[in-house]
Amino acid sequence: MSTPDDLKIAAKLRGIQKSFGDGESRIQVLKGIDLDVRSGDITMLVGPSGCGKTTLISIIAGTLAADEGQLTVFGQDLRRLSPAGTTRFRAKNIGFIFQAFHLIPTLTCVENVSVPLLIQGISHSKAEKKAKEVLEKVGLAERFHHRPSQLSGGQQQRVAIARALVHEPRLIICDEPTAALDAHNGHIVMELFEHVARGQDRAVLIVTHDNRIFHHANRIASMDDGRVIEVHDVDAAHPPPDHLSVHERL
Amino acid sequence: MLRLALKMLFGDSAKYLMLVAGLAVATFLMAQQTAVFCGLMSWTKSTLKNVPAPIWVVEDRVEQVNETNPLLDTDVARVRSVSSVAWASPLYSGIQRVRLESGSFKVIQLIGIDANTLAGAPAKMLGGDLMKLRLPHSVIIDDLGVQRLASKRGEKVGLNDVFEINDQEARVVGIADAVTSFTGGPYVWTTYERALQYVPAQRKMLQAVICAPREGVSLDQAIADIRRETGLKAFVNREASFEEFLGQMRGQPTTNFNVSTVWWYIKNTGIPISFGITVIVGLMVGIAVSCQTFYSFVLENMRHLGALKAMGTSNSTLCLMLITQAFTVGIIGYGIGLLGTAGFAFAALKNEQPPFYMPEFVPFAVLAVILGICTLAALMGIWRVSRLEPAMVFRS
Ligand SMILES: Nc1ncnc2c1ncn2[C@@H]1O[C@H](COP(=O)(O)OP(=O)(O)OP(=O)(O)O)[C@@H](O)[C@H]1O
Ligand SMILES: [Mg+2]
Repeated sequence: MSTPDDLKIAAKLRGIQKSFGDGESRIQVLKGIDLDVRSGDITMLVGPSGCGKTTLISIIAGTLAADEGQLTVFGQDLRRLSPAGTTRFRAKNIGFIFQAFHLIPTLTCVENVSVPLLIQGISHSKAEKKAKEVLEKVGLAERFHHRPSQLSGGQQQRVAIARALVHEPRLIICDEPTAALDAHNGHIVMELFEHVARGQDRAVLIVTHDNRIFHHANRIASMDDGRVIEVHDVDAAHPPPDHLSVHERL
Repeated sequence: MLRLALKMLFGDSAKYLMLVAGLAVATFLMAQQTAVFCGLMSWTKSTLKNVPAPIWVVEDRVEQVNETNPLLDTDVARVRSVSSVAWASPLYSGIQRVRLESGSFKVIQLIGIDANTLAGAPAKMLGGDLMKLRLPHSVIIDDLGVQRLASKRGEKVGLNDVFEINDQEARVVGIADAVTSFTGGPYVWTTYERALQYVPAQRKMLQAVICAPREGVSLDQAIADIRRETGLKAFVNREASFEEFLGQMRGQPTTNFNVSTVWWYIKNTGIPISFGITVIVGLMVGIAVSCQTFYSFVLENMRHLGALKAMGTSNSTLCLMLITQAFTVGIIGYGIGLLGTAGFAFAALKNEQPPFYMPEFVPFAVLAVILGICTLAALMGIWRVSRLEPAMVFRS
């Protein structure tokens, strides 16, 4: 049964484990992760390279299955869904921003951004209208019909963000969304996320190394060696650290 | 999503053009070679078309119309005496050489028909007078002969022009419409007696007796009667149907001279094999180029397909996208290939050379093969995509 508190929780992870490989070469990447990702928050996931951040968000996104543990996303136990059901669930509820953008080079910005709507079976004209609105919001009104190759890295990133937001998913998952951006553009992007997360009560989960954006977070979860070692709630009394403990150890 | 699939396809213009070109070449090779083969096969029975007689009586060992195995002169009378036969006439048919005014030689198909009845005369005259064939030294040539038998290239043979067949004068009194012979030489008609004069003397000259059944007697009945009463082999001369060739494949005997003739060439010559090889080459080109190009197109798009999958595109939608892409290039390539074949056909039919005849089933069969190739290419892509881990998109 879901309590009112549960409703505020977008993703709830308990004892999540994941290994890759077999026999001798088997490595355990996630060694029992407990984490709550709350709606209305920006949660950041930080940690040294190779500690399992990408693996963890793949599992939350339902693109990778966990070996052990429990995972509910918006109250839905993902392990109970069929593969096709997982795919549908993902199409409706999750927005992605990939580290490598993954914009389709032969499609224009508007077409790229309308993809999540088209996946849900929304008509072309409606999808493109919505895509244009969102592109305007990320400041790309002049670039509707350009191809990704005609845009700068930062602009491509904003197209990717528009694509992640266009279908108004309840959980937005980003891998290094500001890595390609300068400080100024990084802040524009983060303000957009804040607007989305707080204004519309959605959850944003961001993997990042970028300490310039830590102050946009509500919570920062530090990972090391397959475990969440610290969850830091950011508020007036607890400003974000410039360096996180794990980074110092690097 | 399918619209996006097409945009992804057209966006990669190098691969797109390669795919379309490969399929177009395959279509062209398969359709054109099959049609030239069928055309060549239909040329083997040209004499049966140009000498329109319902029944042909031939020597017992004869299986096809271009075979020369003469009958006895008395066999005309024997066939005539069969009760179900309305009329019977002698026929000479053979390949001869013509000496032109310029001194060069040309091969012709000489036809000698009965002077009294003119049975076996061309069905359609384009000029001149059929009746004048009874005058001394008269011949009728076909429309191909008008060009071929001219002494100089580009000139045309007209009425009353003269050339020599084995040192004897031949004067053109008529021009007929005819289909091209198997040898590619023109048809020349003359009377049976004059044909014997034109041809170096041999003991027996009667190639066939052509005849027709009496009213009320069926062709099949008539040939059975001829067989029974004379011991000679009789064939009917009617359009061959596809089913009759299927019957030949199953080893059923035929009484249709057209079927028997074409089948003889299929069975006894290397023609089907050499054309068959080209058709298979076309098929191979199609499969190799299309499958290979499409597969590398899919591989190149793997990251994007993976992103689509991660964003919640179902496997069935991805499959549908690949099938749409494959079939789109298939249909376009097929269309271009068929257009090329049509251009070739246009030129071939205008020149009456090379042979060209496309039975209706050929374009459909080629389309089926092309779509088969596309299905194969799409399946290879689908197999690859179905093994795609959507989690891969989180790694660069
Ligand atoms: N499909 C896989 N097969 C085998 N090993 C894998 C696979 N995916 C990840 N790993 C391993 O799991 C470990 C964690 O990888 P992961 O990508 O989650 O790290 P990360 O924290 O995202 O690192 P980075 O900050 O460099 O992106 C690594 O040691 C990696 O080699
Ligand atoms: Mg990573």
